[in-house]
Amino acid sequence: MKVKKQRVLSIRDLNISFATGSGDVNAIRGVRLDLFKGETLAIVGESGSGKSVTVKAIMGILDSNGTIESGSITFDYEDKGELKSVDLVQMTPKEIRYQIAGKKIAMVFQDPMTSLDPTMNIGKQIMEGMLEHEDLSRDQAKDRAIELLSLVGIDEPLKRLKQYPHQLSGGMRQRVVIAIALACNPDVLICDEPTTALDVTIQAKILELIKDIQKRSNISVIYITHDLGVVAKVADYVAVMYAGKIIEKGNIDEIFYDPRHPYTWGLLSSMPDIDTDSKRLFAISGSPPNLLETVPGDAFAPRNPYALNIDFRLEPPMFDVGGQHRVSSWLCHSNAPKVEMPIQLKRRITKMLKEEKDYV
Amino acid sequence: MGKYVLKRIAISLLTLLAILFILFLMLEYMPGSPFNDEKLTEAQKILLYAKYGLDQPFFIKFFNYVSKMITGDFGVSYTINMNFAVGDMIASRLPITIKLGLQAITLGSLIGLLLGIVAAIKHNTWIDTITVMISTLGVSVPSYVFALGLAYFVGYKLGWFPILYNMSKAFESSVLPTLALSVFTIANVARFTRSEMIDVLGSDYIRLVQSKGVKEWKLILRHALRNALIPIVTVIGPLMVGLLTGSMVVEKIFAIPGIGSLMVNAIQMNDYNVVIAIAFVYSSLYIFTMLIVDILYGIIDPRIRIAKGGS
Repeated sequence: MKVKKQRVLSIRDLNISFATGSGDVNAIRGVRLDLFKGETLAIVGESGSGKSVTVKAIMGILDSNGTIESGSITFDYEDKGELKSVDLVQMTPKEIRYQIAGKKIAMVFQDPMTSLDPTMNIGKQIMEGMLEHEDLSRDQAKDRAIELLSLVGIDEPLKRLKQYPHQLSGGMRQRVVIAIALACNPDVLICDEPTTALDVTIQAKILELIKDIQKRSNISVIYITHDLGVVAKVADYVAVMYAGKIIEKGNIDEIFYDPRHPYTWGLLSSMPDIDTDSKRLFAISGSPPNLLETVPGDAFAPRNPYALNIDFRLEPPMFDVGGQHRVSSWLCHSNAPKVEMPIQLKRRITKMLKEEKDYV
Repeated sequence: MGKYVLKRIAISLLTLLAILFILFLMLEYMPGSPFNDEKLTEAQKILLYAKYGLDQPFFIKFFNYVSKMITGDFGVSYTINMNFAVGDMIASRLPITIKLGLQAITLGSLIGLLLGIVAAIKHNTWIDTITVMISTLGVSVPSYVFALGLAYFVGYKLGWFPILYNMSKAFESSVLPTLALSVFTIANVARFTRSEMIDVLGSDYIRLVQSKGVKEWKLILRHALRNALIPIVTVIGPLMVGLLTGSMVVEKIFAIPGIGSLMVNAIQMNDYNVVIAIAFVYSSLYIFTMLIVDILYGIIDPRIRIAKGGS
């Protein structure tokens, strides 16, 4: 038996809606997630599935028309040697900002080209958080900023401190954003599609960097992404979101080698691969449901070729399919007909497993 | 930066010369003459023209004027103040107009910025709605309406400040005209600040500053306002000039001896030299303000500063 893992963040039955001109949009519907110390959780899903909204709720930076209807986000942390546990949902955005944000939970945003203040030099932007939260003198903060810049792999940190964002390349800016996030030694690092705006060679380096930092400081990381390639590289644990719900979650092997939900099958099949024999890239047909209306049954049912009758009427519960693997699909019910994943995906997984064995 | 400023000054001087040429050309073809007096005979008129050099060909007149102007001689007035140096006439009146304009722009910008920032922070609340209403009103109602209103209520009914300009009480006399003039600036700056701030507050880098856990007021002053100021400075420049030129009517209402009222008289009386000189002063002010705006731009926005330093 392993040592019980220390839980950092636990989200329970989170419901978030947005008031819009045409009515309330139920963007998050009963999300339940856990994040453990030193682990990496990846939340995957297409645009609008609610992955960003979930983490914005954690940071207390939901857009002003959004409200958390119900649920809790419990955050356990250590403050001056004291163990504390707070419910972020009960805190006001200001309280989160002044007590948690930057200090305990930090965030790396999607687009490094726009996420740095163009009128302030790099050094000041890195030092700002430290001076806000920690009892540091300017010189100490500066030394730490230089340290951070070299940690994220920027050379000549002393010179860079005085430079402005427009003088740096996209990859460097993202490194600076990561340095800013790490400034106060946070417990949790949230990366909202940190590599989407970067070109592929830089992507790998940034992922490598985050992984490296994680190994050194044992922080927990949440990745928001739609790129399964990224997930495969970094995650310990994966949650697949669809229409504001988590439809399948489990550790990386469970999700990649033994996916159960037809939506996950679709996602994995639509990942391009060197020896796909078909000429066209697989795509999941249809489009996500309109969350302005209440969705009966499984939200994915209308796009799901394997949908059962019950999928259109009753929302499936989370089925425990062994290990950490949970699936929200009636197909996992013991009375459901046996449905196999698409043959192409099956073949691909077998191949991946074989490759892995050879590699090891 | 120094090189850039020098280059800009050189371009400004050339622009002024071109403006002067166009002014001269327009006055040349304008009907009427300064000596439209029925008592004057043809012979007397010819004598007068010869005396002031108005009988000479256009280009020679222009050349003479420019070469004299470089030495600071703007010629003499023909009608308003017979044979009185135009330079002196303007010199005694310009400071009053400029002082009024500066007071109005400072007051207007400060109040406008404040209103705009508050409205943007309280976006979509009643505070925001009221600010938008105030600024729409301020932009659409002409300043002389406010001038008359202020003169009547504050000046006449309450008697707090003099209605007519009084040289010995220069500051008190300038309060009402300053207020009347600043309304337009307040409205414009507030409107612009509000929309710029709303834009900036919705940007990614503000989200990042929030996620750093920085205090709200620091976020507003250090990040949001600084970024919003870049476009705001560009409107304040022209507004300033607009105040100077637009103060003509307000100057008339409060009987302020500034150059605005002088300009109106000069145009009515065909006093060529005065018209040209004041138009020239206005143009110089405009170009000078734009130059300052450009330099300020560089100070506020590092992207521009560095690009300029390199060239």
